[in-house]
Formats: sequence, C-alpha cells, structure tokens
Amino acid sequence: MSKYTEDDLREELKTKEYEYGFFTDIESDTFPIGLNEDIVRAISKKKDEPQWMTDWRLEAFKIWKDMTEPEWANVNYKKPDFQSIAYYSAPTSVDPNKTLDDVDPDLLAMYKKLGISVDEQKKMNNVAMDIVVDSVSVATTFKKTLAEKGIIFMSISEAIKEHPELVKKYIGTIVPIKDNFYAALNSAVFSDGSFCYIPKGVKCPMELSTYFRINQGGTGQFERTLLVADEGSYVSYLEGCTAPSRDENQLHAAVVELIALDDAEIKYSTVQNWFPGNSEGKGGVYNFVTKRGLCEKNAKISWTQVETGSAVTWKYPSCILKGDNSVGEFYSIAVTNNFQQADTGTKMIHIGKNTKSTIISKGISAGKSQNSYRGLVQINSRADNARNFSQCDSLLMGNECGAHTFPYIEAKNKTAKVEHEATTSKIGEDQIFYCNQRGIDTEKAIALIVNGFSKEVLNKLPMEFAIEAQKLLEISLEGSVG
Amino acid sequence: MLKINNLHASVEDKGILKGINLEVKAGEVHAIMGPNGSGKSTLASVIAGKEEYEVTDGSIIFEGEDIEELAAEERAHKGVFLSFQYPVEIPGVSVTNFIKTAINESRKAKGLEDMPAKDMLKLIRDKADLLEMDRKFLSRSLNEGFSGGEKKRNEIFQMAMLEPKLAILDETDSGLDIDALRIVANGVNKLKSKDNAVVVITHYQRLLDYIVPDFVHVLYNGKIVKSGGKELAHELEEKGYDWIKEEVNA
Repeated sequence: MSKYTEDDLREELKTKEYEYGFFTDIESDTFPIGLNEDIVRAISKKKDEPQWMTDWRLEAFKIWKDMTEPEWANVNYKKPDFQSIAYYSAPTSVDPNKTLDDVDPDLLAMYKKLGISVDEQKKMNNVAMDIVVDSVSVATTFKKTLAEKGIIFMSISEAIKEHPELVKKYIGTIVPIKDNFYAALNSAVFSDGSFCYIPKGVKCPMELSTYFRINQGGTGQFERTLLVADEGSYVSYLEGCTAPSRDENQLHAAVVELIALDDAEIKYSTVQNWFPGNSEGKGGVYNFVTKRGLCEKNAKISWTQVETGSAVTWKYPSCILKGDNSVGEFYSIAVTNNFQQADTGTKMIHIGKNTKSTIISKGISAGKSQNSYRGLVQINSRADNARNFSQCDSLLMGNECGAHTFPYIEAKNKTAKVEHEATTSKIGEDQIFYCNQRGIDTEKAIALIVNGFSKEVLNKLPMEFAIEAQKLLEISLEGSVG
Repeated sequence: MLKINNLHASVEDKGILKGINLEVKAGEVHAIMGPNGSGKSTLASVIAGKEEYEVTDGSIIFEGEDIEELAAEERAHKGVFLSFQYPVEIPGVSVTNFIKTAINESRKAKGLEDMPAKDMLKLIRDKADLLEMDRKFLSRSLNEGFSGGEKKRNEIFQMAMLEPKLAILDETDSGLDIDALRIVANGVNKLKSKDNAVVVITHYQRLLDYIVPDFVHVLYNGKIVKSGGKELAHELEEKGYDWIKEEVNA
C-alpha cells in the first residue's frame, strides 16, 4: 500500500495545472505599448467620451506620474514596467446593436470551455450578464426587465454617455483619483466595467452578474465599476473571473466603488480565478484592486469574496460606515497554492453612531504560497457604540507555505466594542485517515475539510455562486490529489 | 471473513505486532483484551489500513482477498469499519453531511448512483433513533465539542449507516457512562447478524456484559498469548493481567 504523506500531497498540488489555460485567438484592436498623455487621450477618444471624462482621466494621469508603487504589502514580485504594457485592447468585431446570437463564435466557444453557457445562464439562472471580454462589453442581457424597474445596468462606457449626470456625481467620490497608485492608474486608463443604479425603494429582482476576463496577451485590464443603490433599495451583484494561461505577467488594477444611500443594501460577491502562474511560479496575473463602499444612514454593504487565482493579490474591499446604524460586512476565502502570494483583507471605518461591522476571513495556503490577512478596524471619535467582530482563520497544507495575520485596530471612542479572534490549523493526517476509513478518498477528504473550513463564507454567497465557488476551491487545491 | 496470519507490523521501524494469528467468521463476536501498550489499537489500525504502520510480514485476508495492498478507503468500501478510540473533529462539516458523503462514496465505488436525498434522510433518522440521538445532533460539526459519549455514539451511528461486514470497535467503552454504554451496546447488538462480525477491543469486562463475545483473546507484547470463551474475560477482570504475563515469561 502506498503511504500518502503531506509530502505527496504537496507534490501533487504542485503539478496541478490551470484548468482554464487556453488562449482564444480573437483579432484584437490593441494600442501601442506605453503610457503618456496621448495614450490617455486616445483611450478616451476611442470610447467617444465627453470632455469632462477626458479631463478627469488626464488629471488622474498627472497625479499617477508622481506616485510610487506601494511596498508595504507582504508580497514580493518584479514590479511591472508600466511603459511596456498596452493600455487598450478591444475585440474588433463589436457592434452595439448586436444580440448574443451575433457574438463571435470563438468567444461563445470560449465561454463553453469555461462552463459559462450564456444562453443557459439567461434561461435558467435568472441572471443578467454584462460580459466584459478584454475591455469592451460585447453583450448585455436582461436589460429590458431591469429597465422596467428603472434599474440601470450597463457598461460604464455606455453610462458615461447615457447617464453622465449620475456617473459624474459619483465616480471618484469613494475611491478618489489620488487614493493610491493603482487607483490613480485605473482612473487614467480604465478600459471598461459596469455601472449600476438602483432607484429609490427598488429591490432588484435578480442577481446582477458580470464575467470579467483578460484575454489579449500583454494587455493590462483596468475595470471600473460604479454601483449606486438609492435610498431603500437592494441589489445583489456577482462578479466572477477566469483568465487564460499566459507566460508574461498580466497586470490587473480594478476599482470598484459602491454607494449605499440611506436604508439601502448592497451585497457584492466575487469569485476570482485568474491565472495564478505555473507550478514554478512563472506567469500569472497581478491583481491590485481597490474596492470600497460608502454606507449612509441605516445602509448595509456586504462584501463576499472567494479568491483562488492570481500570482499576486493586493485587495482590501472596505466599508466606510458614515451613516448612523450602518452595517459593513466582509466575508473572504483566499486560497494560495504553489508560489501565489495574497495580501488581502478589509478596512472598516466606523464614523456614524451604532455602526456595526463583521469580518470573517478564511485563508488556505498550500505549496510555497504566502497568504496574509491585513485588516483595519477604525472607530472614529463620533462613532458611539460602534461594534466590530473579526475572525481570521488560517488553514495550512504542508510545511512550505505561510499564513500571516496583520490586524490593526484604532479605537478613538470609549464606547467601542472590538473583538478579534484568530486560529491557525493544519489538515492533519488523522483527519484524512478518519475520512479514508469511512470510504472517502484523500482528494474528497481534503475537499470536505476545506469546504467545512470555508463554510461560514460560502454560506454568504448566492446559491448558484456558492456551488461554483465550492467547485473552484476543489479545483484550486486538490484536483489532482489521489 | 477475516484471517490474519503471522502478522508483523511496525511504526517508524519499531516492531509492535509480532506474529498475530486470528480468524473471525461471519456471525461471530471476538473480544481482544490486553494491558496498555500490548498492540490492540495498532492491530485495529493495521486492519483498517493506516499508512503510518508498515506490515513487515504475514497477511490480512478479508473475504478471501489479501487486503494488505489496498488503501484504507478501498478496505472501507469492502466492508471494514473501525470505530475510533479518539474520533477526530472536522469543523464545519456536519454529522449529516459527513455520513452522506461517506455513503455516496461507497456507493460510487460499487458503481451505484448517489442515494436519493429522501431515502438518505429516512435512513439517517432511523439510525439516529436506534442510537437515541437528538436530531439537533445531526447538524453539529463532526465531533467538534462532542462529549466522549457523543463521540462514541456518533461512531456507532456511522457504523449503523454504513452496515459494514466487519466492525472493529476500538475502546468504544472508554469515556462512556453506564447509560451511554447501554445505548451504544444495544445499537451494536441490533446491528449484529449471521452475515457480519464484530471485533471488540477493550480493557474491561464491563462492555462485554452487553456485547457478549464468542471468543476472547489476550494480546500481550504484540502477540495473542491466550484465547478462550467469554469466561476468560471474567477471569481477567478478577485476576488482572499479571498471571498472563507470568505465563508468557515463564
């Protein structure tokens, strides 16, 4: 009988290939590499943007030029050469009047490989999809149903043209241009993304979903998402991504801004599965994301993320709890394998009275990866009776990976109640043998243990997403074990 | 059903089992007793296929097949069940989810479809009732925060669900109060049939008042040094193990 040890497990995890590593050859309209004012102008022109938008981008570019990349995160990587990246790429055959039936068959085939059958999604899942391939939206569905409720859900490029008053009012208010290096870069060159507005008192009747995808080799992608939930409204937004396998590192610097006005609620769920690099640590996506939401009075924002991809992740979905009685939540599962590095967590900024935040972070490390939780809970002086509960759990597989926790707490109000719990555990051979003895093989045993570990977070995802996420955890960790 | 011939096994090059011979037939109950460190739990683990133990000589024949090369889960699929002395915790995985996975994995190995949810639910309820388990218990994380009695009851619940041919109960009586012991023993007795067999590993006669053995074996220093009927257990209870040691060392 072969002896199965953690060494074997580690060995097998190493050989796990990226399942979605293929490259679809779609003719792309790609800009020359490099970044300067002319490129910024050209992006804006290409997208037929109004002058205020061009100016906003140029201002961002000016600010970005003088900024330096942050180095405080617990990650090591070769800094991208920002002058060797092409800043715009769009599939060539785009026609705004197209329906899904007219979409490039290569693209549709690609979705099939990914298991994303758009038609099936449309028919069966009650999910409206705004699909971003490279930088330009190629198809938007369910628009009509949403329009009847007054819900606006479209690409941000369209929104800039069709609803300039809304975009102008909110863009950059939550994540200012100069917020950080990557946010400034995104503001200058953002390619596309989604815009969503839920009118007063409207409960969005379906989960809104966007599939992002980086496709063209050597092209950075800079999405911009702006989501406004007006007073008393509710929306659940799903974001999921996979990317084809590429050798050179791909830069991804997205910005997501959420605004929950009085009594509104936003649920924002992400499944991120970009190419993590190969088993030697070559290639993979650099994922430097700024996500932040603002809660007005009695509002609630809930971030849920399942992060399994990318070579380097730098991401802190945060909540500014400005309004009294507002609620912020952050539920996260971050899986790292091979040479992946993740530095992720959240910031909960309590400004209003009786504000409440919950942080549940589950980190799973395998291979030679490094997985860090970094979180800030800040209670400002006016925030009477603010409450926070944080729980950070780490699960280790093997002896070469690392799990780190960096919790920061700043409380300036004596009535604050802040709780922090942290655990670190290892999948034990005893646990695996116990499962084996009950007829469960090692691969399935690990899936079971990992899913059990992640359950509190998986439970927060919408049903169909939870199943997808569960599969993703299995693929990322134990697909080739056994 | 089970035939163990001259079994030698070691862990980290330390010999623990030194030539075990044991035959268990369908419908029989065997008790294995012996002082601490005699190799009782090792024997259970080796039969179940724990990888830390290396079989250095001899064979384990189960249902006519040498199972020594089979992985633990394959032995389980063939009907070997071990009730653990120290059942492990699996946080976030409910008792129900765990047993459902175990049942369906065994079915899959036999080329069967997953058990329909309705049937599964009924089976779980019936077996939980057999072990006088609270329904709330079924949704708790496996063994997490369970009392000693709850853990052992859960082991026998899993045995009832999986309906093994050979059940090895490793110190199932330890940590049980008299009521829990009765419930667990009743459960085992109700599951007993002419087609299956039970091997009870215990220090004490107490459990054997409830699960009455056909044969009692004394394990000492990695070997079965004495075998007899149920009266041997009483003799051990009365006289302890020293006289056996003396006999062996004489």
